[in-house]
Amino acid sequence: MTAVGASTLLEPGSAGALRPTGGGVGHRAIVATRRLLRSSRMVIGLVLLVFFVLVAIVGPHLVGNPNAFVGPSMAGPSARFWLGTTMPGQNIFYQLVDSTSGTLEVGFLAGALATLVSVVIGIGGGFVGGYVDELLALFSNVILIIPGLPLIIVVASYVKSSSLLPTILIIAFTSWAGYARVLRGQTLSIRNRDYVLAARVAGEKTWRIIFVEILPSELAVIVSNFIFMVIFAILTQSTLAFLGIGDLSTLTWGNMLNVANNDEALTSGAWWWFVPPGLCIALVGTALALVNFGLDEILNPRLRVYKAPKVRR
Amino acid sequence: MSGDAALDVRHLTVEFIQRSGPKLRAVDDVSLTLYPGATLALVGESGSGKSTIVRALGRLLKPSGGEVLLGGRPSTLHRSDVREYRRHVQLVFQDPFASLNPAHTVAHHLARPLLLHAQATRRDVAERVEALLRSVNLVPPGDIARKYPHELSGGQRQRVAIARALAPSPQVLLADEPVSMLDVSIRLEILNLLDELKSERDLAMLYVTHDLATARHFSSEIMVMYRGEIVERGPSDEVILSPSHPYTQLLASAAPMPGATRSALAAARRTRQGARAVRDAERREATVETGCKFRRRCPHAMPQCASRPPDVETAPGHSARCWLFDQGAR
Ligand SMILES: Nc1ncnc2c1ncn2[C@@H]1O[C@H](COP(=O)(O)OP(=O)(O)OP(=O)(O)O)[C@@H](O)[C@H]1O
Ligand SMILES: [Mg+2]
Repeated sequence: MTAVGASTLLEPGSAGALRPTGGGVGHRAIVATRRLLRSSRMVIGLVLLVFFVLVAIVGPHLVGNPNAFVGPSMAGPSARFWLGTTMPGQNIFYQLVDSTSGTLEVGFLAGALATLVSVVIGIGGGFVGGYVDELLALFSNVILIIPGLPLIIVVASYVKSSSLLPTILIIAFTSWAGYARVLRGQTLSIRNRDYVLAARVAGEKTWRIIFVEILPSELAVIVSNFIFMVIFAILTQSTLAFLGIGDLSTLTWGNMLNVANNDEALTSGAWWWFVPPGLCIALVGTALALVNFGLDEILNPRLRVYKAPKVRR
Repeated sequence: MSGDAALDVRHLTVEFIQRSGPKLRAVDDVSLTLYPGATLALVGESGSGKSTIVRALGRLLKPSGGEVLLGGRPSTLHRSDVREYRRHVQLVFQDPFASLNPAHTVAHHLARPLLLHAQATRRDVAERVEALLRSVNLVPPGDIARKYPHELSGGQRQRVAIARALAPSPQVLLADEPVSMLDVSIRLEILNLLDELKSERDLAMLYVTHDLATARHFSSEIMVMYRGEIVERGPSDEVILSPSHPYTQLLASAAPMPGATRSALAAARRTRQGARAVRDAERREATVETGCKFRRRCPHAMPQCASRPPDVETAPGHSARCWLFDQGAR
């Protein structure tokens, strides 16, 4: 493949088979996948992410009970306890694996919820306009002005629950506003573009105009917002947990850090207890950030990296 | 006039609410009629309200007064009525770079209106799309249909936009400066295409333009608009060659006619620039006022001009809204 071929492949549609009618879905997927794989950041990020998701799904079935007291207190890594044990003698490796699903759950649920709210309020308000828009914009601004973390701490320390749901709801509720503003601004500028007016003249229904004519132009922003909100949610839950706020009974990496801190793992040099969960948080964050950069590279022509063509002999 | 009116617009008024000051009356009591197979040109300087008329007729904004009869029937805001109206009244936008969605293929742009107005079924929509593309001379239609707007030239895009407007098989086509954003070399091609389509399909066409020369060439009747009002209307040749209203005279003298010399062009530019200063000053003033709106720029301004001028017929079918032609006033 030549350099020209490589760059034109990235242009939407130049691959030539993107038909609006149902037929070419399979082909479309292939073209999209091929485009994704062209970004090395995207590939690394995706591989990492898929790895963590797999661990979250199948991991708990492969390891033993993470809460059982099975070994000596604060033992370092060994053949029997790969990542050592906790103060009361629990297997840290089991805990690490078991925490993956809880942590990712917080991230993705809070991220999805915040994205949904920002899309509905930002795009809905921007499209509808008038009083509805003014009210929604005011609401977003109020939420935006309220300092996020302090509010989360206050609310989370009042709500007593043995599930992560309140934490998820609070994180989502405090983090959507900035993105809603961005989306509103975009929608306002797109709403009166001629092609949207033309769709109205053609007789398209309102919901179809929003979803088919406006949303595709904002998809890149929405996806990138979502990814950042996932990162933000994971970090926030970890911070809260470290401070001992929110549900501490479900295992997450943040909760592991909290227990490790309480049991003075940091001061006694039991690095095997606090380094692995910290590292996992950092790795998931990096993976998500890489995916986001990769998407940007693919969707934003100005950031495309030139790649020398591979020569096959 | 020949035949029955396709679109009859009576006393159309459009007002915009401004942040400060009184309402801006962008279109003031305008009546016009479009006939099948005929083109009516609407000319006037920037800001006179031409696009606002088109948008109101395209139901993109709500008029504050007046009525619109489609085929003699008033059309309400009822959902099914709006749909029926849209099937018959279509728009071509000014800027083909803005009027096509960059996220969708040409096929999408044409298939949607075809399906929405039951002009095609899921099964034959691809064929109908190709037929539409052929009717606007975009060949080979199969290749063009798969392309995205950014892969087409301005002229090609405007052809796609025209094809989209034709998709529901409308009776009325409203073209708002359809060639002003295009390269000079292809303007005539597009105008000729519109003209052919008008004859083939018996379309009633409204052609909005700044360009008096093409207005005269492509339309049978011309209306001249000034600050929301129609100040003169009549057969094209008459309006251009023997304009009655002082404003039309100004337009005609400021417009470079084909074959104009370099110095004539420079003089025309000076006239236009002088006019712009006055115009800007005017626009800052209150917008709802009595009397002739042109009187501050008019070389023939008289005391009566402070009250609303009448529409006077200066020749059969040719009228001007000006006190100069009122018999009693001289
Ligand atoms: N959405 C709107 N809100 C407020 N005022 C508007 C709006 N649209 C148009 N106007 C005003 O209405 C007047 C008529 O505008 P319009 O766009 O119809 O002029 P035009 O004759 O089409 O001009 P051009 O030749 O530049 O296209 C202008 O003074 C304009 O500022
Ligand atoms: Mg205009």
